[in-house]
Amino acid sequence: MVDATPHAEQGIPPAETPELELYHPRGWWTTYVFSQDAKVIAIQYSGTALAIGLVALVLSWLMRLQLGFPGTFDFITPEAYYQFMTMHGMIMVIYLLTALFLGGFGNYLIPLMVGARDMVFPYVNMLSYWIYLLAVLVLVASFFAPGGPTGAGWTLYPPQVILSGTPGGQGAGIVLMLVSLILFIIGFTMGGLNYVVTVIQGRTRGMTLMRMPLTVWGIFTATVMALLAFPALFVACVMMLFDRLLGTSFFMPALVEMGELMSYGGGSPILFQHLFWFFGHPEVYIVALPAFGIVSDLISTHARKNIFGYRMMVWAIVIIGALSFVVWAHHMYVSGMHPWFGFFFATTTLIIAIPTAIKVYNWVLTLWRGDIHLTLPMLFALAFIVTFVNGGLTGLFLGNVVVDVPLSDTMFVVAHFHMVMGVAPVLVVFGAIYHWYPKITGRMLNEAMGQFHFWVTFVGAYAIFFPMHYVGLVGVPRRYPELGDVAFATDSVHSLNAFITIAALTVGFAQMVFLFNLVWSLRNGREAGGNPWRATSLEWQTPTTPPPHGNWGAERPVVYRWAYDYSVPGAPEDFIAQNDPGSRHRGAV
Amino acid sequence: MAVALILVLVVVGSILFHILSPWWWSPIASNWGYIDQTLIITFWITGAVFSAVVLFMAYCVFRFRHREGIKADYNPENKKLESWLTAVTAVGVAAMLAPGLYVWSQFITVPDDATEVEVVGQQWQWNYRLPGEDGRLGKSDNRLVTYENPLGIDPDDPYGQDDVVIEAADLHLPIDKPVKMLLRSIDVLHDFYVPEFRAKMDMVPGTVTYFWFTPTRTGTFEVLCAELCGTGHGYMRGIVMVDTEEDYQAWLDGQTTFARLSAPPKVGAMDAVEP
Amino acid sequence: MSVILVFLVVVIGFSFWWLSHQRLMSKPWLETGAALPATDVPEMPAAKVALGIFLAVVGSLFALFASAYFMRMEYADWQAPPLPPVLWFNTVVLVLASIALSCAVRAAREDRMDLTRLGLAAAGLSSVVFLIGQLAAWRALSAAGHFIDVNAANGFFYLITGMHGLHILGGLIALARVSALAWRETYSSARVRLGIDLCAMYWHFLLFVWLCLFILLAGWAGDLVAICRQFLA
Repeated sequence: MVDATPHAEQGIPPAETPELELYHPRGWWTTYVFSQDAKVIAIQYSGTALAIGLVALVLSWLMRLQLGFPGTFDFITPEAYYQFMTMHGMIMVIYLLTALFLGGFGNYLIPLMVGARDMVFPYVNMLSYWIYLLAVLVLVASFFAPGGPTGAGWTLYPPQVILSGTPGGQGAGIVLMLVSLILFIIGFTMGGLNYVVTVIQGRTRGMTLMRMPLTVWGIFTATVMALLAFPALFVACVMMLFDRLLGTSFFMPALVEMGELMSYGGGSPILFQHLFWFFGHPEVYIVALPAFGIVSDLISTHARKNIFGYRMMVWAIVIIGALSFVVWAHHMYVSGMHPWFGFFFATTTLIIAIPTAIKVYNWVLTLWRGDIHLTLPMLFALAFIVTFVNGGLTGLFLGNVVVDVPLSDTMFVVAHFHMVMGVAPVLVVFGAIYHWYPKITGRMLNEAMGQFHFWVTFVGAYAIFFPMHYVGLVGVPRRYPELGDVAFATDSVHSLNAFITIAALTVGFAQMVFLFNLVWSLRNGREAGGNPWRATSLEWQTPTTPPPHGNWGAERPVVYRWAYDYSVPGAPEDFIAQNDPGSRHRGAV
Repeated sequence: MAVALILVLVVVGSILFHILSPWWWSPIASNWGYIDQTLIITFWITGAVFSAVVLFMAYCVFRFRHREGIKADYNPENKKLESWLTAVTAVGVAAMLAPGLYVWSQFITVPDDATEVEVVGQQWQWNYRLPGEDGRLGKSDNRLVTYENPLGIDPDDPYGQDDVVIEAADLHLPIDKPVKMLLRSIDVLHDFYVPEFRAKMDMVPGTVTYFWFTPTRTGTFEVLCAELCGTGHGYMRGIVMVDTEEDYQAWLDGQTTFARLSAPPKVGAMDAVEP
Repeated sequence: MSVILVFLVVVIGFSFWWLSHQRLMSKPWLETGAALPATDVPEMPAAKVALGIFLAVVGSLFALFASAYFMRMEYADWQAPPLPPVLWFNTVVLVLASIALSCAVRAAREDRMDLTRLGLAAAGLSSVVFLIGQLAAWRALSAAGHFIDVNAANGFFYLITGMHGLHILGGLIALARVSALAWRETYSSARVRLGIDLCAMYWHFLLFVWLCLFILLAGWAGDLVAICRQFLA
């Protein structure tokens, strides 16, 4: 036990890293539009991601309308259904969740939480956003291309993806999609380098890795994974583009489409699947790890208790990150790959459940003997645990190779991944926004609207996706615009589908209340002050709120303790800020 | 208080839904009852874990909700508890993985007496090929597909001549005889899926994939495509009928072989069509 | 996917080695005070760390191309095109570029600006020659009828060399900026030295990538894999 004493403080070495030379914006354009301030970039990223996410939300309503009431809406043809489905999936996974967690939260929180003035390379950071915006615009353009956007499913499996039997396959749709993905990856790499190097190099004095909040650990590990995994998607996209535009046969076998022998020959569709899932599985954790990190901080702050087993949490994040690179083929159990792979990938997949389970235990054990404030961020964190545990456990069905055989490509899979990487991370996004909105704007979000939003979203989303597992168990395949009358599914399955649709529309409209709240509270929200949640981590200790360009005023903070000194015995208050040099008086621990 | 109650309701509601709802898998019609059993084991283990975690959370929310003057405990970690939880989790995972891998090894080991049946997927219909009297399927190649030779069977391969070709019609299988389904596609990815058989596998153009099963119940079963294959994916349906041995032979006798299908049309045959 | 997995094992091994020096086993709640521990921020300039990570990304990209190459090679229709002889010349030229940059690095450290400029110019020039040589290789191949869509092996040749060339091209932009700085300044400032260091690092890495690709495209890597397989069987 070493307490900081004045004597010890004199021993603080001068800052090892020179202060960052900040870019000083001169006009309105460089302050608000072409800004190099990570916080402005974060808001640009989040705004763009939410806007395109809204499009994907509307697409999901259209799909649900078709599924719940097949034959009622003439404009939802099978082509349109597949186009909605593809765009919904791709937008939600990549352009919303990845961009929001890393580009949005990463940009806002990393510099503040590690005590930096900005990202290490602000100019590259700005470029990252503009390339992301370009990628989104190219994606949107595919809606207006002749033939419409691609309808190949977000997995973009060849050979159908570039053939005429798939919507957008022979038009511009698929080309625009691939170009947009390539742009996204280039833009992300620029941002990702920034996030990683800022964590490695930009930390303020005293901020050792083991003093970082778990949010930073989650985003940091996810970014490292994304940097290594996105090249796989890049390679897959470029090779696909060659097959589509230059007539190569990387993925395209000899095939006869609509009675006509195509000029392709010898290629391997399975090769694409390997490349895609080599990216695709880490992608799940790229979305999940930041959520894990953020939710740990939400629970700790609002239960006024340190996160239980901090070291274990850090190790679990790192181990999950590394393991997630050797489980990709569990998406391909019924793809026709060599069956022996099943043994290996089922084992690795179920092993990854162990560090994940440890994280769940530590979240709920943090609640034990806590001082639980049921604030909105806390409610969303609790709801996250419920949905994540549910979705994670159904993952054990699908990861266990032989159990996956009957369930793969059914609605069970759809229910599983929506629960675990749709609902659960989105609940964290909401919790995080309710938590950090006061820091970003200086005002609290409206509580009544927030409560309404929370209950409808949580209960509604559970009512959508829990019964959906059973639709899959009955045997209903995914990616069917309508099931029709089949012997294995009774009429009651159709009523269940109608119920799910109504629940989905209700949840969808509740999000409008949330968006209204975001705007309304900008002016009318209660004044928050600098640290409304009485939290310990650095972002709440900025001299002014919202933090200005440069974050810290004249001096960067010096860190004296870890991020979880809540309810320390003997301390006058129930939290001690990370930059509080005061000695704490407590018994032996 | 309300929050804790709703968390409890989520658990109770989920369990009641599982027990009371009418939605469950269709009665099995193949030998893969082991898969169903592994699934049931998984349901028990995961259901217990889900209930335990959420109920524990509900208790914490109820018992340790904020009250004035109460301070939270300070408890950074508990090595012993964490080790225990890790060990218990590992045991639970092993309890699901072990039967899973055991059944998987059966799933991929085709019995020697299995007869081969080829399924050929095409946008958006199901074709089949049976090996004929010599018991062997002839070679095939997508490059050989023509209007007269829809499955791309190699006309120079003598084994192929007596193959039974079933184009866009029902497949019949004899009961209690193991079959090895050889899966092929002439255009894009498809997936031969009959919910009652539990087994399924993608069909990939350029390669032949397979799975095996033994039909255990006579009846008519729907075939669905389970891999998005283009606009008509949702409408790519077919029928498999599991017959008794006699019914199966009767059906088989009425089928055409490849040799007869590809023979040049005779004038007599044309006459027969005309009124 | 074996190539990318081997590559990842190296990257993850390095990451764990780095993490193992970050006191991951310490109990942070027992340590209070700023002096203990002082930050462990490495002394290396941020740009160097960033370039190192970027090279890991580039490495992962080419490892994936190599993985795809090996997996596609297994299929029956594979027919590798002949290696254009000009590639030998290009390889030598790229080695020269790397050597020139190494000289520039040393010269900049010793503050000999003339030699530094000479090194930079030589590196830039030989890189341009390399790119022209690669284009010549493409022309030689297509003149012999080995077009991109004839066989997947041809496709890989154009794709992989093209991707490598684009990376050299990107490097040339950075090199041009550093050179402009070196010509403007009269002594070897920290900025110039850092810039040249980064360029050299990037060029050495791309040379290494090129040598691997050369082995891959010449078909030696395939032979090696076949021999290993026989050995194991």
